[in-house]
Amino acid sequence: MSLTSFAPALPEIFVLVMVSSILLIDAALGEKRRYVAYGLSLLTLIGAALLTLRDFSSMPVLTLGGLFVDDPLSDVLKLFLYLATAAVLVYSRDYLRQRGLYRGEFFVLALFALLGMMVMVSASHFLTLYLGLELLSLSLYAMVALQRDSSVATEAAMKYFVLGALASGMLLYGMSMIYGVTGSLSLGGIAQNLADGTDLRIPLVFGIVFIVAGLAFKLGAVPFHMWVPDVYHGAPTAMTLFIGSAPKIAAFAFVVRILGQGLESQVTEWRDMLVILAVLSMALGNFAAIAQSNLKRMFAYSTISHMGFMLLGILAGTQNGYGGAMFYVIVYALMSLGGFGMILLLSRAGFEADRLEDFKGLNRRNPWLAFVMLLLMFSMAGIPPTVGFYAKLAVLQAVVEIGYVWLAVAAVVFSLVGAFYYLRVVKLMYFDAPADAEPVAAAADTRLLMSANGLAVLALGILPQPLMAVCVQAIGASF
Amino acid sequence: MNEHILSLVVWIPIAAGALVLATGSDRNAALARWLALIGSLLGLIVAIPLATGFDTGTSAMQFVEKAAWIPAFNVNYHLGVDGISMPLVLLNSFTTVLVVIAGWQVIQDKVAQYMAAFLIMSGLINGAFAALDGILFYVFFEGMLIPLYLIVGVWGGPNRVYAAFKFFLYTLAGSLLMLVAFVYLYYQAGGSFDIQTWHRTPLGMTAQTLMFLAFLLAFGVKVPMWPVHTWLPDAHVEAPTGGSVVLAAITLKVGAYGFLRFMLPIVPDASRELAWLVIALSLIAVAYIGLVALAQSDMKKLIAYSSVAHMGFVTLGFFLFNELGWTGGLVQMVSHGFVSAALFLCIGVMYDRLHSRQIKDYGGLVNRMPVFAAFFMLFAMANAGLPATSGFVGEFMVIMAAAQVNFWYAFVAATTLITGAAYTLWMYKRVVFGKVVNPKVEAMTDLNGREWLLMAVLALCVLALGLYPKPLTDVMHVSVVDLLAHVAQTKLP
Repeated sequence: MSLTSFAPALPEIFVLVMVSSILLIDAALGEKRRYVAYGLSLLTLIGAALLTLRDFSSMPVLTLGGLFVDDPLSDVLKLFLYLATAAVLVYSRDYLRQRGLYRGEFFVLALFALLGMMVMVSASHFLTLYLGLELLSLSLYAMVALQRDSSVATEAAMKYFVLGALASGMLLYGMSMIYGVTGSLSLGGIAQNLADGTDLRIPLVFGIVFIVAGLAFKLGAVPFHMWVPDVYHGAPTAMTLFIGSAPKIAAFAFVVRILGQGLESQVTEWRDMLVILAVLSMALGNFAAIAQSNLKRMFAYSTISHMGFMLLGILAGTQNGYGGAMFYVIVYALMSLGGFGMILLLSRAGFEADRLEDFKGLNRRNPWLAFVMLLLMFSMAGIPPTVGFYAKLAVLQAVVEIGYVWLAVAAVVFSLVGAFYYLRVVKLMYFDAPADAEPVAAAADTRLLMSANGLAVLALGILPQPLMAVCVQAIGASF
Repeated sequence: MNEHILSLVVWIPIAAGALVLATGSDRNAALARWLALIGSLLGLIVAIPLATGFDTGTSAMQFVEKAAWIPAFNVNYHLGVDGISMPLVLLNSFTTVLVVIAGWQVIQDKVAQYMAAFLIMSGLINGAFAALDGILFYVFFEGMLIPLYLIVGVWGGPNRVYAAFKFFLYTLAGSLLMLVAFVYLYYQAGGSFDIQTWHRTPLGMTAQTLMFLAFLLAFGVKVPMWPVHTWLPDAHVEAPTGGSVVLAAITLKVGAYGFLRFMLPIVPDASRELAWLVIALSLIAVAYIGLVALAQSDMKKLIAYSSVAHMGFVTLGFFLFNELGWTGGLVQMVSHGFVSAALFLCIGVMYDRLHSRQIKDYGGLVNRMPVFAAFFMLFAMANAGLPATSGFVGEFMVIMAAAQVNFWYAFVAATTLITGAAYTLWMYKRVVFGKVVNPKVEAMTDLNGREWLLMAVLALCVLALGLYPKPLTDVMHVSVVDLLAHVAQTKLP
């Protein structure tokens, strides 16, 4: 194997080298100079982004013996992964510092998780897919447990770990069955084999069922969603912010690679399973979110429903559908970053702004932040002119295209239910008197990032074309 | 310049709204007010060329602008007006100025946000009237919910939260189903969101019927038609005066406009087939809601119910499928815009002085406020449909059109001449005449200059439209005739 075959994986190699160095450097520098680790982590993300941009490929390049692929889909998604991770680092800095969690481990774990996601996004082989997933998952388990003295966080980490391991087991089991049927572990090989036809239908369908169940676990789709509210609620908000943003993008890639590329020819088999998952997720997510008084739990249920919406795009099994789902997941990550970021922004030492009543009268305390939150909420509800509307439109279009008009009707009915609890947040901010007179104390850079985040939701809503085109082209060139 | 008039009409109010919002806290309230006034006047001035430069000899879209907006979905930024939408754009731009003036002193809390919400909404509504692309229309149509939700919820009365939620969720329910219909049409029309292409797209009866129901819900909630009208009295009672004026004068018209631009031309066969349904609902609104209005003790609620009854005339006229009915419905829309705005402003004038909307708290107002009583009289008469006021023209045309189709339609519709007069004039009598019972009424002062100006302008509009409606009907004539001819053709494949 020549050295050039490593070239497409240069961003991954760079991140790996950097994260190892940060581990050592931070250990040597100690608590006083933690900002070095912070700065280096951001530099790592910028460097990786530059490397990804430099080698932006216009067509798929398979390398490392078919384990790894560098295509427009992976490059675009990686850029958004860097962006989301960078936003997480900035948003959570003060929050972690106030809670004694501002430690070197946080940066190392976050970057290792990023590395795992990058591998997932670029994998073209069951082995690399699984490796990436486990690297991500193990880092996330540890991140949730980082707050050692909090029993809620420890409990959340435990649940997350046990259920995550179960899901991984299911996934592996499904993969082994597919391997038994096709004799191949690489996605290209599997697709080739299945296209030629197989008479081993029953093991194949069993394999697909296990794989879909494993994927649904990782996405948090109903009925495999039980861990989501507890983990979102129990984890320190900074970790929730991370879990709720970048990994969703990676999960999208994971699902599309396996179902859309590997099992492409079996679309009629997995479509019906995804229809059930999507409808249940949208229904339960939206109805359960209404009953929550804790914002993190509410967002957890809203995540479940958003994942249901994203599945609508994937289950279409068309390029339009994958493009719509990709647009949806990127937009979702953007909104989720803003939503959890706002909780971090309003929190201060000894005070978590994660209950709904903490947002009461925000318009009087800080009109600008209230306006940003208003944009985020309406975007999550899918009301134009915010970008959330186009995300919904894109996936609705995909399901109507394959003739599932009833599914589109069901989806809009559930999103009507969802509108209620987003409106309630706006109501608390605008219609009610503040319960908390303390001024909002947040650093200038986090405020700036939050403003950019909120305005991006509006700007992409007025001009959605650039992002839409990127998604459509990336999917078109990678499939 | 000339080819961008519609863009200016849409974006100047929105830009002015953003600017007003930037003035921030109430320390700069005066600046916010003046900026809002300038913005709304500018919005009206740029809309005037639409009327002066309008060619009444064609039904084609005029002042058209088209540019690619989201090529990935083939969505275009496509604006244009015809004889149906042009008067509504003008009505909206005109009403915005009134609303800004009406809120001048009354609103003392979060002035910038209040003014900005109205300006932004004005731009969005203009966009909805001028949009010729389905998604563009939807964005404007839905986008206006956000400012209206905040207006009702922030500046409304005690029960405002309930009203704001009810209003928002009702309208969203209808429009989401319409969105699915739009996406379906996109594929039927071969990948196009162009409304005029949709007009020509053949559709089977089942698809037409389902889409008819989706449109009926989307626009029926907005109009609002019986039995989905219940959000309107709640929203009106809790909204500030400006909010009520915009709700009654403009947002209701967006729903009725939707019938003409979307439902009737896109699904003509289902519309003819199910016209009985809409006619029945409209007649119930006219006859039954008129009686409901009679029983109200709250003036705003009374006018809100009378709005539902009057809008029933509009939908009734549209589904009679003749020129008189359509023209009558459109004239009624414009007239109701003036009359309901004026009546809500009248109630606002009284509310600002006495802080009550209950009829029983008033009485003998004419002793203290003779000028106001005169104006109020005129508007009450117009609401009752007295000849020589604008209220008469539309109602009379629709009743005539109904008589051509079916005597009993006309009979039921004509009951409004009795009930309408009864609830309006009875309210007027109890509020304005009689002895002064409430000592607070003694202390009330007559109109100030700002209020006088508003009343005088509206009175002029009501009388002008009542005495000489021809300029308005001329503008509509060709568009109405051609659209009727289109609707008469079947679209079944």
